[in-house]
Amino acid sequence: MAAIKINHEKCTLCKLCIDACPFGAIEIRDEKLFINENCNLCGICVKTCPEGALSKEESVVSFADISSYKGIWFFAENRDDKLCPVAFEMLNAALQLKRDIGEDVAGILIGNNVKKFASELTARGADKVYVIEDSMLEHFQEETYASAMAQLIVKHKPNIVISAATMIGRAFIPAVAAKIRTGLTADCTDIGIDPETKLLVQTRPTFGGNLMAKIICRNHRPQMATIRPKMFEESSDVNNGQPDIIIEEFDKSSLLNNIAILKKERMQNTVVIQEAEVIVSGGRGVNDPKNFEMIRELADLLGGAVGASRAAVDSGWIPYPHQVGQTGRTVKPKIYIACGISGSIQHLAGMQTSDYIIAINKDPDAPIFRVANLGIVGDIFEVIPVLIKKIKEARKC
Amino acid sequence: MEIVVCIKQVPDAFEVKIDPETKRIIREGVDSIINPYDNYAIEEAIRLKERFGGTVTAISMGPPQAERALRDAMAMGVDEAILLSDMAFAGSDTLATSYTLSDGIKKLGKFDVIVCGRETFDGSTGQVGPEIAHHLNISYITYVSKIHNISDGVMECSRLMEDHYEELKACLPVLITVVKEINQPRIPSLKGMLKAKKAQINTWKSENLEGDISCYGQDGSPTRVVDVWTEQMKKDGRVIEGETEKVTDVLFDELKKLGIV
Ligand SMILES: Cc1cc2nc3c(=O)[nH]c(=O)nc-3n(C[C@H](O)[C@H](O)[C@H](O)COP(=O)(O)OP(=O)(O)OC[C@H]3O[C@@H](n4cnc5c(N)ncnc54)[C@H](O)[C@@H]3O)c2cc1C
Ligand SMILES: Cc1cc2nc3c(=O)[nH]c(=O)nc-3n(C[C@H](O)[C@H](O)[C@H](O)COP(=O)(O)OP(=O)(O)OC[C@H]3O[C@@H](n4cnc5c(N)ncnc54)[C@H](O)[C@@H]3O)c2cc1C
Repeated sequence: MAAIKINHEKCTLCKLCIDACPFGAIEIRDEKLFINENCNLCGICVKTCPEGALSKEESVVSFADISSYKGIWFFAENRDDKLCPVAFEMLNAALQLKRDIGEDVAGILIGNNVKKFASELTARGADKVYVIEDSMLEHFQEETYASAMAQLIVKHKPNIVISAATMIGRAFIPAVAAKIRTGLTADCTDIGIDPETKLLVQTRPTFGGNLMAKIICRNHRPQMATIRPKMFEESSDVNNGQPDIIIEEFDKSSLLNNIAILKKERMQNTVVIQEAEVIVSGGRGVNDPKNFEMIRELADLLGGAVGASRAAVDSGWIPYPHQVGQTGRTVKPKIYIACGISGSIQHLAGMQTSDYIIAINKDPDAPIFRVANLGIVGDIFEVIPVLIKKIKEARKC
Repeated sequence: MEIVVCIKQVPDAFEVKIDPETKRIIREGVDSIINPYDNYAIEEAIRLKERFGGTVTAISMGPPQAERALRDAMAMGVDEAILLSDMAFAGSDTLATSYTLSDGIKKLGKFDVIVCGRETFDGSTGQVGPEIAHHLNISYITYVSKIHNISDGVMECSRLMEDHYEELKACLPVLITVVKEINQPRIPSLKGMLKAKKAQINTWKSENLEGDISCYGQDGSPTRVVDVWTEQMKKDGRVIEGETEKVTDVLFDELKKLGIV
């Protein structure tokens, strides 16, 4: 069994490892160092120990020939008869990996009548596109999509499979990984190739964005990850010669077929704040639904969208699609302006990677200032109206 | 009807803080709680029992202290609780966690509905629910926001996707992951708390389960966390204090520099 081993003779009980462990997995029991169930074998303690008293023991397990797995795949999400922007972000992420390992990039199209999107993917750099079309795949369903994807992976053995961490990606990719019995890293903010091992290095935030982790999948293939939207730019046009489009039959033999969609209804006036280049967000400090008009006016003036903290959404001041954060949208606009938002870790998780962050808050110690490029200590009801006036005046002349 | 709810104990979301010097998570004084999303799962499981009859069993994999989360669930109205706790489970990624939980659920015997939270506060992959469904070879539905009815072995429910709602029908057994729109979790009653305090919580170790031992814990986990660090806060940021006119000027000039006014 893999484990952290303690050499009690070398251990001086200096407790440095206890402080260093991010998971609270090291304690002292009966005057001896003890590693409890919280241990994730991350090895931080091994690096921390000045006495060399800790070591990491990996169990040696041999696996089927993983070198036969080749190719970088991305799931090309499509909805409402359109390719989603994230499909091109994933394509770009895959192309960046290709630079390091030189393997072909293939897009995966699943749906009904989706073959037509293949040329859009090849025009933007995909070497290949695999297509599975079937009337059963018309609407997204975890089971059918997972079966289709797993079927392709079993047949063609890719080295790497990525998908956007959208609601759809997060819903069915875990079942794909479980079917293939491989690892899956969730919600990555970055991926890259380790120059020595050529393994996929996956970076992801946990603890609501507080703790970053690097994760690898050494002995299983494919290496799989879901990637947060907006972490990669969309790929641009390239001339990629003759597109290679492969159509596959959907194998339904293992479907349980237990679920039916009875009704599908678009939400009224859904706002897609993820697409906006400027977002002005209001939090509990906005204090009243009426005051959101002020936030909206500023957003309109700046050509942006309106965001909100969960406190504002939970108070019923603004609907859920505007919520930014761990349980709302992840956004990465060019400019994010947080008004009356304290900057809880859950909120930061959704906007921390914005290009430029401005915060207006009356509390000089508000945590939001720690991530802000520009922090304004002030009352939003004083600052924003003055700002609006200034912008309007500037536009007049 | 046999209802199973999967719950995880996590550090209290509101108390997790970072030491600005060492850039480590401060754990002292941080309480452990039921993963916030799992309260919705527990509430829904109890409501299903109240509406359609049956028993609710809560199951958790974690260190011995996770027993407290299970007691808290019992205080809300869960009937039985199982803790899967063994050093052999340490270092589990979502594949091993889901495998172990599914072994625990198999040992329970019959199950009709399994309820999971949408994701946890700490790992927050949202992968464990779908992967449990795979190991049990049952169907699953993510992001369930309302259960309309269960009759003759069929559940009717709604779910919330990015830009639309769906109504679905599923044959039991089924696993669902729930979003917070589904209900308002109840506060445990005093009677519930007293009952939970005295309740028996069964702990199962790896040898109590029938699965393949090489699929548990670190050995059964394809992923490895190889490094963790805390995010550096932006260093080049500046914070301006002063008169409204003055600070607004700075703000206005900055927006001009950024090219949006
Ligand atoms: C599992 C979980 C998931 C969550 N997911 C999310 C999420 O996705 N998104 C999210 O946002 N939150 C989320 N939260 C909630 C989060 O923890 C915070 O409670 C929330 O973000 C607080 O919102 P706020 O900053 O608007 O309110 P507060 O924390 O109350 O902050 C209000 C701020 O406004 C300032 N203020 C007040 N009046 C004024 C004024 N007149 N002028 C200037 N400043 C003023 C105050 O100084 C204060 O800093 C989640 C929590 C949990 C447990
Ligand atoms: C820093 C860090 C990063 C990690 N990243 C990954 C990763 O990318 N991929 C990966 O496979 N693993 C990862 N892990 C391991 C993962 O966090 C654990 O496997 C964890 O036990 C379950 O995952 P989760 O917290 O993401 O649960 P989620 O999948 O978010 O949980 C969803 C639901 O499943 C149920 N559930 C989850 N865990 C339990 C449990 N222990 N007992 C009962 N019910 C439960 C609950 O209903 C919960 O609401 C990571 C661990 C760390 C420390």
